[in-house]
Amino acid sequence: MEYDALLLSRLQFGFTIAFHILFPAFTIGLAAFLAVLEGLWLWTKRDAFKVLYLFWVKIFALSFGMGVVSGIVLSYQFGTNWSEFIRLTGGVIGPLLAYEVLTAFFLEASFLGVMLFGWRKVGPRLHFLATVLVAVGTTISAFWILSANSWMQTPQGFQIMADGRFEATDFWAVIFNPSFPSRLVHMLLAAFLTTGLVVGSASAFRVLKERVKGPVEGWTESRIALVMAIGLIAVVSPLQLLAGHWSGEVAHKHQPSKTAAIEGYWDTRADQPFVVFGIPDRDAGKNHLEVAIPGIGNAIQNVPRDEVILGLEAWPREDQPPPFIPFFGFRIMVGLGLLMILLGGVGAVLIWRRRLFDSPWFLRFCVAMGPSGFIAVLAGWMVTEVGRQPWVVYGVLRTRDAVSPVLASQVATSLTAYVIVYAIVFTAGAIFILRLMAEGPVAALAEPAPRQDRAPGSALARAPENTTPDGDA
Amino acid sequence: MLDLPLIWAGLIAAAVLLYVMLDGFDLGVGILFPFAKSKEERDVMMNTIAPVWDGNETWLVLGGGGLLAAFPLAYSVLMPALYLPVLLMLAGLILRGVAFEFRFRARNRGRKFWTQMFAGGSILTALAQGLILGGFIQGVTVRDDRFAGGPFDWLTPYTLLVAAGIVAGYALLGGAWLMMKTRDNLHGDAKRWTLVSAAAVGALLAAVSVATLFVHPRIALRWGFDPGAGLAVDWGTLAPLLVIPALGLAGLCIVAVMARRGSHRWPFAGALLLFLSGYLGLAASFTPYIVPYAFGFRQAAAPDNALALMLGGGVFIIPAILGYTAWVYWVFRGKIDEEAGYHH
Repeated sequence: MEYDALLLSRLQFGFTIAFHILFPAFTIGLAAFLAVLEGLWLWTKRDAFKVLYLFWVKIFALSFGMGVVSGIVLSYQFGTNWSEFIRLTGGVIGPLLAYEVLTAFFLEASFLGVMLFGWRKVGPRLHFLATVLVAVGTTISAFWILSANSWMQTPQGFQIMADGRFEATDFWAVIFNPSFPSRLVHMLLAAFLTTGLVVGSASAFRVLKERVKGPVEGWTESRIALVMAIGLIAVVSPLQLLAGHWSGEVAHKHQPSKTAAIEGYWDTRADQPFVVFGIPDRDAGKNHLEVAIPGIGNAIQNVPRDEVILGLEAWPREDQPPPFIPFFGFRIMVGLGLLMILLGGVGAVLIWRRRLFDSPWFLRFCVAMGPSGFIAVLAGWMVTEVGRQPWVVYGVLRTRDAVSPVLASQVATSLTAYVIVYAIVFTAGAIFILRLMAEGPVAALAEPAPRQDRAPGSALARAPENTTPDGDA
Repeated sequence: MLDLPLIWAGLIAAAVLLYVMLDGFDLGVGILFPFAKSKEERDVMMNTIAPVWDGNETWLVLGGGGLLAAFPLAYSVLMPALYLPVLLMLAGLILRGVAFEFRFRARNRGRKFWTQMFAGGSILTALAQGLILGGFIQGVTVRDDRFAGGPFDWLTPYTLLVAAGIVAGYALLGGAWLMMKTRDNLHGDAKRWTLVSAAAVGALLAAVSVATLFVHPRIALRWGFDPGAGLAVDWGTLAPLLVIPALGLAGLCIVAVMARRGSHRWPFAGALLLFLSGYLGLAASFTPYIVPYAFGFRQAAAPDNALALMLGGGVFIIPAILGYTAWVYWVFRGKIDEEAGYHH
């Protein structure tokens, strides 16, 4: 019985957080993109930037709404399903979550209203400020939630009291725990990449469409957005490789069992190989069908070749993470990351040689890579969260000791309810977003929209059609 | 030394009160959605709350997150105890929250669906919050610092009565809000909705007030009734507390009288006063418990260093939040302009 509620609660948390993370991963970068677009519009007064802003803000509004509602679920789920976790560690991790609400959520939610509906209520500069504050809010939110999650990965700055509850001895050490800096950078870059890939994909799709009608001269809105997206990917994706590597080094030092699961190491030894492929098998204690390159594993971990790196056999089975998901999740993430670097590099060359818009094969590649950021983010989070198991707070509190005293039947009910509600909501949301993307910025703006169709809530309705930065707004 | 648990109990109580008043009116608009005469009326209704609902709902996140951070023991007992009503509330909030965007992206059939989801989600949220409130007041079974009751402890005639009261109360707030923000026909409809729900709230609030006295003997004692002696009244205890129901009665009168006199704003003020009275009445009943009737707020509080850390930032951030929230309301002040549509 206990085990069932535990397993179902883990499934539910994984399910709800996997859906949720898609939206912050996208909106953190998109908010920044919108701030840049609005800034460029105010600065250059080129209408194309306004058209792009009004287009992407519609997609932002849809995504942000879904991010908000799926996020509220998580803030209550800590209590409904993981009450022991909060009862024991609330005194340490609670303030981090409270600060997220105070410094980020209010900022985002309040200025979002002005950003979406305030076009003619406030001046252009104040409106720009609202956009910037929303972007800042999304980043602050990432700061706190990454800090809290990183503390669960690499806990420090606390003591355990006689009754089992945790108390902080040094909140500075709690917040800036060892894995926090690298993981925050890794996640923020991932968010920017995800947005760049989506913007690039939707824009490349439009650029391909425009070509069908005949030769296109000059800079259409979609061409501008595509170049911006490729520029971002070209710069950020190699940086992300470094950030990911940094994160891996921290894990190697502080979470050796996670590293062993990721790398597919079973034996503890010096001069580890680099396992390219394999099927980890806990019962056999080895990888089936293993393809490995000997002699370079230690170098990849950035440690001397004669240093011993722990394999999973170093831990009793009940302390080992299940290796399957970390092992494959990591390879999916890295594989996609390498493709992103390829996209950025080739794209930059094509831009430089002024061949970008005449290379349909590359534009199709951009379209296909649209979802790759989301997949990489999900894979990466699965690596890090499953790799932390069997602990909820690494090395200190087991996941099975963190679950609420609720019945399996209750959790089964809630899990079923979430699956149904999320299926409806996120299918509808995805359809609306894809429909907008297929229309493209210009058509979406010129949407006929008789007045009764321009109802509240629709970003179109909020948009001014003929304001300029100096206009009377 | 500052009394940190007391300060945080007060701050969370204030956050919950603000939540109930602010999200109360926008949930109320959803509850009244089925009564609107046309699609255009519903569009205007939604438009009055579209710029502010997200900020309003954040107070709920602060209520939950604040409880988690400042009183982790209370949070870890209450959430499992109220597992199913919390689930219902979250499902309702999801469906109505996305309906703001989806209703206007959808085409014919889809729009009808999201209109229903907005209304249904709002009603479900209000009902679930009533069940949560009722389940909270009637008390929670605790053993060894953990919830030890059954999955349906929260489902009693009393909690159902409270749930009905919350739905009517939010409808009243929503109606009075719409009176303030709309003109002409819709304003007339809103006035009718306001008066009808005010009558319902009056009756339900009276019923809840009486029923609450019987929910737990402690509550009767607090109000000066001796449950052991056939509810013999101790006037010395009861008399000062009568200010609270008097406040509610005053609020109700303001709503009824001022609405009939054609005031557009006073009914909303009266409805807020009514909510304040109901809130104070319940608070007076269960304080100083934070998990009725198992833990006082001091017992459930987080360590002082955690409370101090949050207060250190909070004294600067909370006034800033109140400031920019007020500014946003000011930006969107006045009547919604139906003619010009919604691009403003």
